[in-house]
Amino acid sequence: MIQAILVFNNHGKPRLVRFYQRFPEEIQQQIVRETFHLVLKRDDNICNFLEGGSLIGGSDYKLIYRHYATLYFVFCVDSSESELGILDLIQVHLPVVFFTAPKVFVETLDKCFENVCELDLIFHMDKVHYILQEVVMGGMVLETNMNEIVAQIEAQNRLEKSEGGLSAAPARAVSAVKNINLPEIPRNINIGDLNIKVPNLSQFV
Amino acid sequence: MALKMVKGSIDRMFDKNLQDLVRGIRNHKEDEAKYISQCIDEIKQELKQDNIAVKANAVCKLTYLQMLGYDISWAAFNIIEVMSASKFTFKRIGYLAASQSFHEGTDVIMLTTNQIRKDLSSPSQYDTGVALTGLSCFVTPDLARDLANDIMTLMSHTKPYIRKKAVLIMYKVFLKYPESLRPAFPRLKEKLEDPDPGVQSAAVNVICELARRNPKNYLSLAPLFFKLMTSSTNNWVLIKIIKLFGALTPLEPRLGKKLIEPLTNLIHSTSAMSLLYECVNTVIAVLISLSSGMPNHSASIQLCVQKLRILIEDSDQNLKYLGLLAMSKILKTHPKSVQSHKDLILQCLDDKDESIRLRALDLLYGMVSKKNLMEIVKKLMTHVDKAEGTTYRDELLTKIIDICSQSNYQYITNFEWYISILVELTRLEGTRHGHLIAAQMLDVAIRVKAIRKFAVSQMSSLLDSAHLLASSTQRNGICEVLYAAAWICGEFSEHLQEPHHTLEAMLRPKVTTLPGHIQAVYVQNVVKLYASILQQKEQAGEAEGAQAVTQLMVDRLPQFVQSADLEVQERASCILQLVKHIQKLQAKDVPVAEEVSALFAGELNPVAPKAQKKVPVPEGLDLDAWINEPLSDSESEDERPRAVFHEEEQRRPKHRPSEADEEELARRREARKQEQANNPFYIKSSPSPQKRYQDTPGVEHIPVVQIDLSVPLKVPGLPMSDQYVKLEEERRHQQKLEKDKRRKKRKEKEKKGKRRHGSLPTESDEDIAPAQQVDIVTEEMPENALPSDEDDKDPNDPYRALDIDLDKPLADSEKLPIQKHRNAETSKSPEKEDVPVAEKKSKKPKKKEKKHKEKGRDKEKKKEKEKKKSPKPRKKKHKKEKEERTKGKKSKKQPPGSEEAAGEAAREPVQNGAPEEEPLPPESSYSLLAENSYIKMTCDVRGSLQEDSQVTVAIVLENRSNSVLKGMELSVLDSLNARMARPQGSSVHDGVPVPFQLPPGVSNEAQFVFTIQSVVTAQKLKGTLSFIAKNDEGATQEKLDFRLHFSCSSYLVTTPCYSDAFAKLLESGDLSMSSVKVDGIQLSFQNLLAKICFHHHFSVVERVDSCASMYSRSIQGHHVCLLVKKGENSVSVDGKCSDPTLLSNLLEEMKATLAKC
Repeated sequence: MIQAILVFNNHGKPRLVRFYQRFPEEIQQQIVRETFHLVLKRDDNICNFLEGGSLIGGSDYKLIYRHYATLYFVFCVDSSESELGILDLIQVHLPVVFFTAPKVFVETLDKCFENVCELDLIFHMDKVHYILQEVVMGGMVLETNMNEIVAQIEAQNRLEKSEGGLSAAPARAVSAVKNINLPEIPRNINIGDLNIKVPNLSQFV
Repeated sequence: MALKMVKGSIDRMFDKNLQDLVRGIRNHKEDEAKYISQCIDEIKQELKQDNIAVKANAVCKLTYLQMLGYDISWAAFNIIEVMSASKFTFKRIGYLAASQSFHEGTDVIMLTTNQIRKDLSSPSQYDTGVALTGLSCFVTPDLARDLANDIMTLMSHTKPYIRKKAVLIMYKVFLKYPESLRPAFPRLKEKLEDPDPGVQSAAVNVICELARRNPKNYLSLAPLFFKLMTSSTNNWVLIKIIKLFGALTPLEPRLGKKLIEPLTNLIHSTSAMSLLYECVNTVIAVLISLSSGMPNHSASIQLCVQKLRILIEDSDQNLKYLGLLAMSKILKTHPKSVQSHKDLILQCLDDKDESIRLRALDLLYGMVSKKNLMEIVKKLMTHVDKAEGTTYRDELLTKIIDICSQSNYQYITNFEWYISILVELTRLEGTRHGHLIAAQMLDVAIRVKAIRKFAVSQMSSLLDSAHLLASSTQRNGICEVLYAAAWICGEFSEHLQEPHHTLEAMLRPKVTTLPGHIQAVYVQNVVKLYASILQQKEQAGEAEGAQAVTQLMVDRLPQFVQSADLEVQERASCILQLVKHIQKLQAKDVPVAEEVSALFAGELNPVAPKAQKKVPVPEGLDLDAWINEPLSDSESEDERPRAVFHEEEQRRPKHRPSEADEEELARRREARKQEQANNPFYIKSSPSPQKRYQDTPGVEHIPVVQIDLSVPLKVPGLPMSDQYVKLEEERRHQQKLEKDKRRKKRKEKEKKGKRRHGSLPTESDEDIAPAQQVDIVTEEMPENALPSDEDDKDPNDPYRALDIDLDKPLADSEKLPIQKHRNAETSKSPEKEDVPVAEKKSKKPKKKEKKHKEKGRDKEKKKEKEKKKSPKPRKKKHKKEKEERTKGKKSKKQPPGSEEAAGEAAREPVQNGAPEEEPLPPESSYSLLAENSYIKMTCDVRGSLQEDSQVTVAIVLENRSNSVLKGMELSVLDSLNARMARPQGSSVHDGVPVPFQLPPGVSNEAQFVFTIQSVVTAQKLKGTLSFIAKNDEGATQEKLDFRLHFSCSSYLVTTPCYSDAFAKLLESGDLSMSSVKVDGIQLSFQNLLAKICFHHHFSVVERVDSCASMYSRSIQGHHVCLLVKKGENSVSVDGKCSDPTLLSNLLEEMKATLAKC
């Protein structure tokens, strides 16, 4: 079983936190911090396994991680998972490991975001979750065939597009305008004003 | 209306989406918290909108905030709203938020049942998929129960995408709702052969997870998996299956034999390292399980080791790490095959990766031999010098000491070398393991006589060097070695080259910065040194020199007298006075050296930690009985820290001149007893009798022994005990001598005269433990060092065990099984957490299944018990071993099919502590309530955990007359605390009708429910049974008064509890404690426990010999824990309970029950 999947950057800022066992939010943050400090100490050219942190599990658990550009991908797994298998799942750079299964997680992200970088993860956390859901479900590996995974994700994205996406057209337009023209402050003021005015308006109705 | 719409769309235009939120947070680095709270306010506004898109957007942002650590449980209802949106886009957002934030405590989760069911049966596969994914994260027992069937049908869905998700989620459903396992299993098994590889992989995944927790139940699937293993090409699936086989082989050795071949083939053929590694791992597991059975597996081991070597040699650090990890598994069973790769492992010590170095260190332990020990340690020492981090350095340090001292210094051929290694290690700054080094120094110096001279010279230079003093700030720091150094220099001062120099070193003012316990040792040993210097000087006739030394002492000791540490202060002032007295004598030209050194005459021998325990109690001696009422409180000081052990030791011999005749002995005995009464350190510090015996020749040893036993008894001049001791001692001595001779002869034969250090004076009784140790020093290490160790283990000869500390090797072998088990236990946690509570929740239909599970667990428990037993006391070994063996046989013989029965059998004794063989006299829980000529009432009060605060009173009514009894009505006078449950609408004064009539001679049972406010006290309720007795002559109205007694025990409900949960409970510290003792009990312990179980509704948690822990739970959830111990004629019951009143009442009741026995 996979107990948790954590993605955070070089400064320990969480980019994706997925626990498959219930922990209250504070504990989750604590685990992320602890894990971050554990992996931060380690050079890039040393092995990617760590005997578990104190917060999750115990001696049966291992942290398997990969440092990928500015991001750390950490899986917390118990002894039923193959260390190298999980490592392959995250992604394997070293050609020595001839695992025939595809290098799943990061490469999938690669395909879906064209060239994955931290910013993509930051702004599309939801999408990352949706991708992850096609790979790991409830702590167990669901699919390792990359083509299958990508096909399913694309199909769902098409479905979403056909529904018009989350934000309707006008909102998106405004959002675009906001992003380009308006500086930070007036936007905030606008919202504030509206919030105050609107209740008055509705009273008249 | 129009305005509202306008307002809505304007709002929408300015809503932040997730990207805006993220950007905003990034732009507000300084006041992030403030900004976010502002955003949350906005989100709250958005959630109030009717527009589902707005809500979905808000929920999406909340999911992001949740990742940052914000609690979003307040929005649970809104999340459900979004989940139930018709559009996939929104639904997905809702399910994602739910999967991140919902858990069993979320109260609105029950509202989702129907929505999820709808989504599961949705025509769109992605709606279904998203629901399954979400559910996998927040499934609760209720959801699992309600949806299990829907999910089961999805397992045969036409789309593989749904099938694989449905299969996978079944594992979560099983966990939450175990009853579903049996019905769903056939279909799950079917899916192992699903045409779609994804579904197949999911099924393998689920079964592997299940089997990992309970391998036994899945043995029957082995052939199927075997087929899959040989046919599948999916490495992911193969890895899972091979891992599963690793778990199954210990249970079924035949499987292991079959596996070897295909696994070796895979190892040869696969190019995937992950698969190769798992194959090797499983082969190792197979070999371990077969280790005794099959002789021809050396080829397989060779293959494994060879492949692992390839992994270790790889440039990939991960492979290296795993290779070493697997190697250490082989090391345990086949050390030889690993040893040939010593070069490689030593190479790994140079690796830049610390985790790899640590792994390699673990392996080193098994690699050393007499030949290569020095080389290996030399290498480690260079690492110590290079290591930067203190943790790794400390690890190295402990490893060096472990490796060298293992099996009683088996591999050390030159102790001078070892001492110098230890001295080198003292150069480590800031280590936490100073005490370890110190302990080794002491151990070696004491046990290896020949090394003392060398050790002393090294130690004196240590004392002289300043660097150790500097580090005195840290507890357990390296300055601890000064403790050992000071003691060794003092104790073996005759070997010192320049005692005067060392004395001055020890009296430096800087010494006072050392920790108290070290200073104390300094003070004591300064005197020893002083004594030996004095003697030298006097013998050389240098009276002035002697006086100068005394003056030095008088000058320097006061600095210790001022110490803040009591121990130091006390010793220093005592010694200062002594020295001052000596000074006076010296001034009068009286020779004092003789007397001063007599203070420290006699020699110390190492005493095994368990030595004291091993001294047998002479027959007819009851150590617990008071002979005289205790006046002094010297016992209370028994628990002196071991650290000071050695100094105290020599205090006593000072009063024992070497020649003493019987008369004088008798006189002395009196004096000594007086003295001993005042010597708080006496009991602990006395070496075991025969120890002392060895080096104090002649009559002298006799008094020593007498003291040993007579003091703990505090017999003032009882000749009887002395006699005993003397006899006992004589006997032991004789035994010892004989054995020693035998042993020696044997040894000599083996050694064939090679022994160099046969230099010991004679072949007499002097030659025991130390002699061996000296032998170790010579280059020719006797090969029989181990055999002699085994001698010591001989349970019939407790004395041998005194010689050698076997702790280390033993600890290793003890640890392994326990640890393994613990792993298994913790992994069980999902439902194990709080068994009693789980029990409470379970509803009736669940019970059967639950029982089934418990059985499995109990079996494990039992096993654990067996395992735990094995390393326990030696005395009873034989018996226990037999028991174990038979038990082991029992459980092994059973074919996998008969599990249920086995479970049942195994469960019995643990669960309810019912007698294993002994039949119990039949008992009834019904007690007489009241009787008259018409009717007899017996009743039983039962609580149940299902209903809080309710007990059921079952009353059996027996018609004794020849009339028909009808119209029976039971009325009870309610108290504040207890009320009878009456039919709706009836008042408190109404009686409750008995729903039957009784023809003559017939009995029947009626049940009445009572609600209890507080269960902590027992109580009685007055009541009346009124009835009409009708016979041929007519009908009469009759009544019978009774008193219904609710004992505290009747509020308890037998609840099984597992020893770990029990231990947790006891540790929790919320329980108060009380105890009773009942004398004059003849009943067997078995029956006694059964009685307690029966009458007081307890269950046995664990039973060891004549001691048992028991557990029960009141209907209001009080935990009650008991420890029942049976003595000769008495039983003591210690109880712990969350309510003290309840406990004391319970114990009273129990006392009454036991008194009847």
